[in-house]
Amino acid sequence: MSRKQPIDVAARAEVFIRQDHIHEPMHDGFLWAARQRRDAEAAAVPEWEELRELGSQIKEHALTHLDEYLTQFEANATKRGAQVHWARDAAEHNEIVYAILQDRGVTALIKSKSMLQEECGMPAFLERRGIKVTESDLGERIQQLDGQPPSHIVFPAIHKTRKDVAQLFARTIGTDPHNDDPHVLTEAMRNNARPRFLAAGAGMTGANFAVAETGTFVVCTNEGNADIGASVPPLHIASIGIEKIIPRVEDLGVFLRLLARSGAGSPLTQYSSHFTGPRKGGELHIVLVDNGRSQRLGMADFWHSLKCIRCGACMNTCPAYRRGGGLAYGATYSGPIGVILDPTFDDYKYSELPFHSTLCGSCSAVCPVKIDISDQIYKWRRVMANKGYLSLAKRLSFAIAGHVFTHPEEYQALQKAAAPALDHAPRFLLYNRTLNPWGREREIPQLAKQTFREWYLAHRRAHGNQNTES
Amino acid sequence: METRTLSRDSILAAIRQNLPQQRVDRPRIPAFPSPDRPLRSRFEERLTKAGATAHTVGSPAEAAATVTALYPSAKVVCSAVPEVTGTRRAEDIHDPHELADVDVGVMRAQFGVAESGAVWLTQEDLIVNALAFLSQHLIVLLDPHEIVSDMHEAYRRVRLGDTAYGCFVMGPSATADIEATLVHGAQGPRSLHVFFLPRP
Repeated sequence: MSRKQPIDVAARAEVFIRQDHIHEPMHDGFLWAARQRRDAEAAAVPEWEELRELGSQIKEHALTHLDEYLTQFEANATKRGAQVHWARDAAEHNEIVYAILQDRGVTALIKSKSMLQEECGMPAFLERRGIKVTESDLGERIQQLDGQPPSHIVFPAIHKTRKDVAQLFARTIGTDPHNDDPHVLTEAMRNNARPRFLAAGAGMTGANFAVAETGTFVVCTNEGNADIGASVPPLHIASIGIEKIIPRVEDLGVFLRLLARSGAGSPLTQYSSHFTGPRKGGELHIVLVDNGRSQRLGMADFWHSLKCIRCGACMNTCPAYRRGGGLAYGATYSGPIGVILDPTFDDYKYSELPFHSTLCGSCSAVCPVKIDISDQIYKWRRVMANKGYLSLAKRLSFAIAGHVFTHPEEYQALQKAAAPALDHAPRFLLYNRTLNPWGREREIPQLAKQTFREWYLAHRRAHGNQNTES
Repeated sequence: METRTLSRDSILAAIRQNLPQQRVDRPRIPAFPSPDRPLRSRFEERLTKAGATAHTVGSPAEAAATVTALYPSAKVVCSAVPEVTGTRRAEDIHDPHELADVDVGVMRAQFGVAESGAVWLTQEDLIVNALAFLSQHLIVLLDPHEIVSDMHEAYRRVRLGDTAYGCFVMGPSATADIEATLVHGAQGPRSLHVFFLPRP
């Protein structure tokens, strides 16, 4: 009955950082550039902060009336000819999809990027049952060919260099391993994918938003790959998390203005597609998926995470994510949003994730729907501590720190003792890999000769102000 | 069908049991002032940034001539508009797979959005939705008077209740999935041209 060890996010991040001197700075640079584009786009919209507040309120309203809006969405989508299914968990979602495909004899499927289908482990599930699944988003296809999950919500293969992709494509689709021009590689995949699009018996998509008022769902892509899947094969299946519901068509104006600006720094994605019932001559199935979301709704400290519109802004800005990469999290969702979502699926497995953060708060500052991400990261740390999931090193240092910080006289004594001690502390102790992973890649700053308290007391005395503590 | 009802009821029951105590009101979305600059130049600027090109054509004949000038070697021009005849009519397509060999697809958008350079295309405008995605290149006719300022205004205009499919298309298909390098023509159209031509 031994449990699997928690994901060691720090060790996995180290693997990414230490592989060479190319990947980590490149990754860091690309994502920071996306953050800067986001800032420029946001600054160009005078009502930006008002939009964030509206986005937040609309989502909170929808989530606190979720049962009403879900049934309204179901009724309207059904009225328009879509078939609506409900899945309590990942297994049920996958079974529903498989049954629809099997009924119609579908053996090849093209899918656009859907974090939910990833969360459900659907591609592997269908492949095991003999259905050929082709990812149609370029980044997602790269990850599929490499047997890896996406490392970023909107840039799935951002952790790879062009050389990595050239070698992968040479190995898997027979391109020239020495030609790593992104234009050539993209063209090669286009030509490889097109016959699959035309041969597929079904197209699958996720959804960014589902509108209760009309039974519409909206899918945003840059490649148009979701639309090919929805417009070419006769069957379209969409997997939609129940938290994607928004009340009205006019709400889309707020969210579409926020989404792509926040994540990629562009005013919209190239395609924002609205599906309301099946297309002419087609068949449309919608699978509404819970998979833990209704439980999360009942978690007072964490239900706001359901507001997430999956833009990726928190990842682009996060110093821990930018340096350590998305695969370090060992989970469907990476980055700051992953840190607060993943433990709701398995709190032990993901118990180390909340510590993979500097708590700098940048994620909360850029979140387009104002999720208190960094506060939730802190609260998850508390949950992990209360559940006894902390590693020995963390337990020891927190216990000592807790004691010292609540006993001022000990703090002062230690402070006096620690400064000279640090000067002479052996490096092997200070930068010990197990006891202090933060010591790696960093030097401790020079300590001031005088503590703040010493300076404060002396300063006050010099100014003749004696009414301080003695 | 019984499992379906069972799952539905159990999800809804779980939601009702877990609904946060405090019900949040739906906010009113105010009207935001639009920038002073003319809609058309804002639209064109964004359209160019999105990787598309704008042309002013004076007549249907000029539109047809411009298509030929832009794509002289195109074999299949599939048109969904009366202004351009093309070599194939979208109305004659029975199965989207028939569009696999289209070089240039021609369609008319209902309106454009200045803040992004996107155009709104519906199933009725495309006749066959796949025309906008399987064509190697797109020509989109747009009445220059049909440009709205932002997405709020755009959503007051769209009628999602009347169409099974509608899409804001902002330039050609694009990807930046390999080293964040922008490449046009990822899976969908490689290029997109907007022709300013008033509705007849």
